[in-house]
Amino acid sequence: MNKTLLFFTVLVIATCGLIYELIAGALASYLLGDSITQFSTVIGSYLFAMGIGSWLSRFIERGVPQRFVEIELGVALVGGLCAPMLFLTFALTDIFRVALYGSVLVIGTLVGLEIPLLLRILKDELKFKDLVSQVLTFDYLGALAASISFPLLFVPKLGLVRTSLLFGLLNALVGLWSTWLLAPVLAHPLRLRVKAVALSLFLVVGLVLGDRLTNFSEEHLYADDVVHATSSPYQRIVLTRGKRGFSLYLNGNLQFSSLDEYRYHEALVHPALVRAGKVERVLVLGGGDGLAAREILKYPEVKNVTLVDLDPAMTGLATRYDELAELNAHAMADPRMHVINTDAMEYLREKPETWDVIVVDFPDPNNFSLGKLYTTGFYKLLKRRLGPEGVAVIQSTSPMFARRSFWCIDTTLKAAGFWTQPYHALVPSFGEWGYVLVAHEPAPPRRPMPEGLRFLTEDTHEGLFQFPMDMSPLPAEVNRLNNQVLVHYYEEEWRRWN
Amino acid sequence: MELTRRELVAAFLGSAVAASGCRRMRPREPVPGAIVDRAVDVGHKLRGGALPRAAEAQTVDVLVVGGGVAGLSAAWRLAAAGVKDVRVLELDSEPGGTSRSGRNEVSAYPWGAHYLPAPLVDSGPVMRLLREMGAVSGVDAQGYPDYAEELLIHEPEERIFYKGDWYEGLYLRAGASPAELAELERFEARMNAFAAARDAKGRKAFAVPTALSSDDAEWTALDKVTMARWMEAEGFRSPRLRWLVDYACRDDYGTTAEGVSAWAGIWYFAARQDGKGERSEGFLSWPEGNGHLVKHLLSSLAPGQVERNVLVHSVEPVEGGCRVDALEAATGRPRAYRARQVVLACPRFVAAHVVAPWREKRPEWLGAFQYGPWVVANLTLSDKPASHGFPLAWDNVFYESRSLGYVVATHQGLRMDERGPTVFTWYLPMAGLDVKAEREKVLSAGYSEWEGLVMADMLAAHQDIAPLTRRLEVMRWGHAMVRPTPGFLWGPARFAAQESLGDSLHFAHSDLGGMALFEEANWFGVKAAEKALKGLGRADPSWL
Repeated sequence: MNKTLLFFTVLVIATCGLIYELIAGALASYLLGDSITQFSTVIGSYLFAMGIGSWLSRFIERGVPQRFVEIELGVALVGGLCAPMLFLTFALTDIFRVALYGSVLVIGTLVGLEIPLLLRILKDELKFKDLVSQVLTFDYLGALAASISFPLLFVPKLGLVRTSLLFGLLNALVGLWSTWLLAPVLAHPLRLRVKAVALSLFLVVGLVLGDRLTNFSEEHLYADDVVHATSSPYQRIVLTRGKRGFSLYLNGNLQFSSLDEYRYHEALVHPALVRAGKVERVLVLGGGDGLAAREILKYPEVKNVTLVDLDPAMTGLATRYDELAELNAHAMADPRMHVINTDAMEYLREKPETWDVIVVDFPDPNNFSLGKLYTTGFYKLLKRRLGPEGVAVIQSTSPMFARRSFWCIDTTLKAAGFWTQPYHALVPSFGEWGYVLVAHEPAPPRRPMPEGLRFLTEDTHEGLFQFPMDMSPLPAEVNRLNNQVLVHYYEEEWRRWN
Repeated sequence: MELTRRELVAAFLGSAVAASGCRRMRPREPVPGAIVDRAVDVGHKLRGGALPRAAEAQTVDVLVVGGGVAGLSAAWRLAAAGVKDVRVLELDSEPGGTSRSGRNEVSAYPWGAHYLPAPLVDSGPVMRLLREMGAVSGVDAQGYPDYAEELLIHEPEERIFYKGDWYEGLYLRAGASPAELAELERFEARMNAFAAARDAKGRKAFAVPTALSSDDAEWTALDKVTMARWMEAEGFRSPRLRWLVDYACRDDYGTTAEGVSAWAGIWYFAARQDGKGERSEGFLSWPEGNGHLVKHLLSSLAPGQVERNVLVHSVEPVEGGCRVDALEAATGRPRAYRARQVVLACPRFVAAHVVAPWREKRPEWLGAFQYGPWVVANLTLSDKPASHGFPLAWDNVFYESRSLGYVVATHQGLRMDERGPTVFTWYLPMAGLDVKAEREKVLSAGYSEWEGLVMADMLAAHQDIAPLTRRLEVMRWGHAMVRPTPGFLWGPARFAAQESLGDSLHFAHSDLGGMALFEEANWFGVKAAEKALKGLGRADPSWL
C-alpha cells in the first residue's frame, strides 16, 4: 500500500470532517442567529458524536477496509447533502433543530469511525509511534486547511450549499480512490466502486444544480463577502461586496445593491421634487444610507435637507464608511444636511415645522410597529407637516409581489385627505417597486430634472405612472391604527412569493 | 395559618399558575414597592358612633358628595347649566374613584377603569363629553361617530397566553376543534341577534346605559337565571367558550358566569354593537385609562370647587334643603353645610350610613347591592419582557389564571421604536361568590404576599420579567364593583334605590345602573344633577 497516498487520504477526510462541522455551525448561526450558542452547541455535539464513532469502531471486527470505504461513502452522502437538506428543512418544516442536531450526530459518528478504522488498516504497516504520529499530524493539518479555507475561500465563492456538495463529492472520490488503494485487502472492490461512482455522479449533479438549490434557500443572503457587519441596538447592519457590487442588509433584508440602487433612489426622489412648489426645505424620514439625500442635493435650490433616522449606527456608517460615503456622494457631509437620530413619528408629532418636500423611506410594513407608519394616523400627521404646495413621496412596497398592500397604502393616503399619484419602477435587485406621490392638490411637474441622472429622463418619467394589468388597482381597506390591515395583507402576499 | 407561596398562589390565582409560575420561580430578589390603598380606616369611621358636628353651617346651592365619576359628572352637568355655587366633597386625597390614575417618570397609568367602549350612536351625555374632549370628529355617512384614531386602541389589541405561547385575540383558537369553533359561531350569532333585538317602542333589548334598554319581559326574564345556567341550557358547553364568557363577566362585573345574571352576561356581548354587522370601533383608551375622562370632567369645574379629604358622615333632609355634616380627614375638624340641593354620589352601602333617616331605618333594598373586591397592581418596567408567539398587545390575558392579565400603559404611544420602559397594569377581580370572604382574603395579604402573587402570575408568561421590574405598587379595592347578581338588574331594589328623598336629596352612582361602568356612573350623575336643577327651579333641556 502506498502510505503517502493513505496519509493524503487522512488529510482529505479530516478536511471534509471539519468542513461539515463548520457548515452546520454557520448554517445554524445564519438561520437561528446567536452564533456563539450555535457554534458552541454544534461543535460540542459533533465532537461528542465523534466519540461515539470511535467507541463504535471496536464493534467492527472483520472486513475493516470494506467498512472504511462504506463509511467514506456514507459521510459523502450525508455530509454532502447536509447543507441543502438543512436549508430545505428550515424553509419547509418546523423541525430544523431536530434535523440539524440529527445530521451533526450522524456525520460526527461516521467521521469518528474513520480514523480508528484507518489506524487499524495501517497498524501492520508501521510502528505504533510512527502510525499515531503521522495519522494525527495529517488529521490536524486537514483541520487547519478546512478552518482557513472555509471562511476565506469556500463560503464567499461557493456558498454553503455548494461547499457542502463539493466536500461530499471529495469524500466520495476518496472512497472511490480507496477502492484501488486498498484493493489488496478489499473483498468486493468492484461493487464499492460502482456505488462510489454513482454517488459521485449524484453529487456532481447536485453541484451543477446548486444555484437553484441556493435560490430555494435563504443562503443567497450573504453569498457575497461580508465587508462590514455591526449590530446596533436597533438592527443588524451588514455590508457585502461581490460580483454584483456592494450591498447593504438590515436584519438580513436587502436595502440596496450598488448595481441598481440609482434606479430606486432616482424614482423615489425626482418625481416628488419636480412637482413641489418649492424645494428649499426637504425632510427625509428613514433613508439613513444617504442615497436619497444624494439625489435631493442635486437640486441647487435645496437649502436644507433634514434626515431623520432612528439609528445613529446607520447614519454614522453612511458618513464615515468610505465606500458608502462614496456611493452617496458624501451627501452626509454636505453643509446643507442635518442628520437627526430620533424616532420619526415622534419627530413629526413634536416639531411643528412644515416642509416643501417629504420623502418617506421606511422599511416595508412587515410588523405592527412598522405598520403604524402606514396608517391614516401617521399620514394625517404627515399632511400637517407638508407645506401648502408641498409634495411627499412614500415608498410603498412592490405592487407586483404585494399588490393589495400597495393599493392599500394608496387608499389609506386618500383617506387621510391626500391627492395621490401611485407609480412604480423596475429595480432588478428588488423587482417591480412601488411609490405613492401625495400632495394637498394635484401637482403637475414644475421643474426639469437635474443633470447627471442614470435612470430617469423627462420621457421615461411619465411612463412610471402607467400600471400594467397585473399591478392595476385592487380594492383594499383603509389601514388604521386600530385595524392594521396592511400588516395582514403584506404578510399574506409576501408569503406567496417566498 | 401560614400558607406556602405555592399554596398562596393557588388560592388566589388558581392551581395552573401555582404549577407553572412557581416551578419557574428561581430564588430572586423581591421587587421593591408598596401597597398604596386609600385609607380604609377613614371610611370605616362611618360605622362607629356619633361624630362631632359643627355649630356653623355654610350655605351652598348644590353639594355633591363623592368625587368619583358619578359625582364629577353631576358637577359637570351643573357647570354646563351655569350653576356656580356647587361644591364637590371627596373623601380621598384624589378625585376619580375607581377611575383614578397615577403617573411616574415612565408613563401615566390607571388604578382602575382603563377604557371606554366607543359609543355606537351619536347621542347621550358620554358622547357629549367625548365631543368636548375632541375625541370625536363627526359622524360618517351611516351616522356612526368618527373617533380620533389615536385614541382607539391600536392593533394589536388583545392576545391570550396558553401553555408557553401567546395567541391573537381573546378566544383561544389554537387547538380548537371544528365543533368548538362551530359553537363559538353559534354563540356569536345568538349575541348578534340579541344586539339587533328591539322592542315595540324601538328600544334596544340590551343598551348602554342599561336605563335605555327595553323592559320587555321577553328579555328581562333572562335576569332571573345565572349566565352559567343559561349557557348550560342553551348547550354552550365547550370549555373555551365558557372561558371567554367567564372572562367577560370577570372583566366587567368582577365575578364569573356563576355570579351574574344571564341578562348581564348577554349585555356584555350585545349592548356595544348594533347587530347590523361587524361594525365595531373598539375601545377608547388613554395611558392613564379613564383617569383621562376624570381630568376632563374636572376641567369643567373652577379650581377649589372640589374639596379633598373630607368625610361626609351625615345628610339630613330639612326644610328647604339638606343639612350635611362632615369631618376634615386630616384634622378631624367638623364642618357643616346647608345645601338647597344634594347629589349623594356614593355607593349604597355608604349612603345607608350617611342618610340620616336610613340610619334610623335600614332601607329594604340595601341587601340586594353586593360589591366585589379587586386588586390592581402597577409594574414599572425598564423594558418590555420577551414573548413567545403573538407580539405584545394592549390587553394581555392569561388563559389559566384567575387574574385578567395586564394592559400596557404605553400602548397608544405613537413611536416607531417600541422598545423601552413601560408600565403594566395587572388586574385581579376577586370573583368568589361570597364577597365578604373575598374582601377578607384581599385584606389578609400584605405587600410581600401580593408581590409574590403578581410576580408568579407574570413569571408564568414572562420568565425574564423579574429583573426588568423596577417597582410594584398594589391597590386593594374592597368594594370595587357592584355585581349584577341574578334578579338584581330588573328587580325592585335597584329601582327603589334610585328614588330621590324628598325634593332636595338625589342619588347618583354606577351601582344604581347595576354595573360598575363609566357610562352608568355618568348617566346617573347627570340624571341626579338634572333633578337638582329642577329643585333649584331651573328649566334646562335634559341631556338624557
